[in-house]
Amino acid sequence: MTFVPSGYYNPDKPMEGRITDIGPRHYSEFLPPVIKKNKGKWLWHEIIEPGILMHKAESGDEVYTVRCGSPRLLSVETIREICDIADEYCGGYVRFTTRNNIEFMVDSLDKAKKLKEDLNSRKHPGGSYKFPVGGTGAGITNIVHTQGWVHCHTPATDASGTVKVVMDELFEDFQRMRLPAQLRISMACCLNMCGAVHCSDIAILGYHRKPPIIDHEWLDNLCEIPLAVAACPTGAIRPTKTKITTESGEEKEVKTVAIKQERCMFCGNCYTMCPCLPLADKEGDGLVIMAGGKLSNCITPPKFSKVIVAFIPNNTPRWPELAQVMRKLVDTYAKHARKYERFGDWAERIGWERFFELCELEFTHHLIDDFRDPAYYTWRHTSQFKF
Amino acid sequence: MPKHETPLLDQLESGPWPSFVSEIKRQSEFRHKNAEAMEKEGKPYQIPVDVCDDLLGVLEMSYEDGTTHWKHGGIVGVFGYGGGVIGRYCDQPEKFPGVAHFHTMRVNQPAGKYYTSEYLRKLCDLWDFRGSGITNMHGATGDIVFLGTRTEQLEEIFGVLTHELNQDLGGSGSNLRTPACCLGESRCEWACYDTQELCYQLTMEYQDELHRPAFPYKFKFKFDGCPMGCVASIARADMSFIGTWRDDIKIDQEAVAAYIGGELKPNAGAHEDCEGFDIQKEVIDLCPSQCMRLEDGKLVIDNKECVRCMHCIRVMPRALRIGDDRGLSIFCGAKAPILDGAQMGSLLIPFIKAEPPYDEIKEIIENIWDWWMEEGKNRERLGELMKRQGLQKLLEVTGVKPIPQHIQEPRHNPYIFWKEEEVPGGWQRDINEYRKLHPR
Repeated sequence: MTFVPSGYYNPDKPMEGRITDIGPRHYSEFLPPVIKKNKGKWLWHEIIEPGILMHKAESGDEVYTVRCGSPRLLSVETIREICDIADEYCGGYVRFTTRNNIEFMVDSLDKAKKLKEDLNSRKHPGGSYKFPVGGTGAGITNIVHTQGWVHCHTPATDASGTVKVVMDELFEDFQRMRLPAQLRISMACCLNMCGAVHCSDIAILGYHRKPPIIDHEWLDNLCEIPLAVAACPTGAIRPTKTKITTESGEEKEVKTVAIKQERCMFCGNCYTMCPCLPLADKEGDGLVIMAGGKLSNCITPPKFSKVIVAFIPNNTPRWPELAQVMRKLVDTYAKHARKYERFGDWAERIGWERFFELCELEFTHHLIDDFRDPAYYTWRHTSQFKF
Repeated sequence: MPKHETPLLDQLESGPWPSFVSEIKRQSEFRHKNAEAMEKEGKPYQIPVDVCDDLLGVLEMSYEDGTTHWKHGGIVGVFGYGGGVIGRYCDQPEKFPGVAHFHTMRVNQPAGKYYTSEYLRKLCDLWDFRGSGITNMHGATGDIVFLGTRTEQLEEIFGVLTHELNQDLGGSGSNLRTPACCLGESRCEWACYDTQELCYQLTMEYQDELHRPAFPYKFKFKFDGCPMGCVASIARADMSFIGTWRDDIKIDQEAVAAYIGGELKPNAGAHEDCEGFDIQKEVIDLCPSQCMRLEDGKLVIDNKECVRCMHCIRVMPRALRIGDDRGLSIFCGAKAPILDGAQMGSLLIPFIKAEPPYDEIKEIIENIWDWWMEEGKNRERLGELMKRQGLQKLLEVTGVKPIPQHIQEPRHNPYIFWKEEEVPGGWQRDINEYRKLHPR
């Protein structure tokens, strides 16, 4: 591998010719002409069919958007293919959505339908779609998710794999609009939740269940003990000294930490601060399912998702128990909720006791909140409940 | 013949949903095929040709043993910046040398995530040549994410980005994270302000805060054009800017009649089965503030009582439109559960105009930062500081007068922290004076 310098960086004079703090490109450079012309002057929109939206402007202009899914993790070869499609159909413009969908915009319904057919015809050699069209209206759109085992140091599961499995299972609802309302599913591979999964209709969350292992020999060298102690939200970690036998057989006393294991709620914050406190474990790690959250202020205010399944094991590569639970949740919601009713609004209307019954989910002590003051407000304080 | 057998991952290539495994394999095949041509062009791949093979290998290992094989990030970055690069090393470098270093670079996305193919191709060429060729479009915060390159390539990539693509990195670490917005006015009739412009202007104004960590912890801005909240700002942004209006919803009664008469598709066609629209049941009865009714076939809205949930507008988008006196509300303190539990954004500013140069908005931001940087503990998000010191403190540092809109309901207890200056005569009293009337 021959190193090819870019010509812009001289390690001896790093400031020479350096350009900094220029920010992103201005979005106006990238707006398709019809978008630029009608910006701020749109009148209304309509979903013509699953995956195709039409926006009408005051000027009379119409723009047809074809929306398709993506795995978020994209190779540059696939991005080049997206560019080819944008060049062929859309004058070289394309956009991505917050939920990792790709949107191609054209000026007529005919072109949109032709493009939809083209996108749906492109497959990977392994058999999956490259650009399945859908993700609009009262259905399931793409799952926002995190890195998982592909690239992160703290995950309790894989993000891309669990998303793939769930979207395979629910694929029909990505391409249809049969649900009472939109159903937003999100995935985060640890409690850090670098996506906003805590306010989703259904959230899939990676979770540890074993307290950290303490790497006594290295801890004081690699970590700041006070930071590790301060990192614990339940105060389970304290500084201590212990006698160890090193890998080379030497006996010595080292500064380290002690952990009150029964106080650990497995958040992993200590590991974020100190690499000598790993939590990851094949049997310990898995998934939590949360449900009933939402972000929009439509009809009801935004709300948090609630834990409804305390644990699903990491049965790789296809997490069959996860797919099964998701199928049951979606079908039960589709059958019982009223039109326009979001998942959480439905659960609250029928009562969580009825929700667990209909979804055939086991209720256990794990699902009763016991974390700090807000926990109390989730217990039942009324004689109104259902048998 | 693949470098590593990946029987588990191979099972994630079947099924309809686009396979990330197929994506990595696609890039792997392309690199092997293209390596010779790159050499000839004088642009030999700058990180190992088999980087994608090793990525699949290490991932297969995780699928076998149920744990990650990425270590804590080291301190890598580009000169003068404390963010934008996340160091990543593999804990099995001997087995998977191609991904021994596998650093992430965050590239600040354009507001609204529109692109030209010309620009995307330049990004692709750069990342193909100097990185793994694997990306995320996009990361959860909004950046274009380049997944996997070696330390010595970081400055080179940064140099090309800034010199040739006029493009900067995004944020990471204890600094302002890359701001993100919905597509706003560019293609949405519900946008109450220009989310893209505000996002861009604040990103530019705060480049220093974005690139050089000086905060107690991360800080996020997100810009939603309306209360629908498509970028989830109210759940995840320390400061969330949500478009709203304060005059009347505009009604086109002819279009209302057309919806009632079944000539227009309700809910913008979002339901497969949209036969038999019942305006009473589907709109009026679902209004959370019960502020609408039908009178002689005309829709009447008591706008003073409207809470702008937008349900009626979304169900009848051709009949109802947002008002004209538009601006935004500011919410503060949203975050995911780490550490003290999840928090939703709390209302600080019910209404403010969002017009360039946005000086009033900047003043609010800077007052909040001054408070948080002074009082915030290490790794304490704004929301946690608000919980610790109270919403009153946030109002005080921003000079905002408390009003009932700030709360869901008044306090449940009488434990009021009166201030000395609020009580006539102050708190300094003389015990001897007191004892004159109340002997021991």
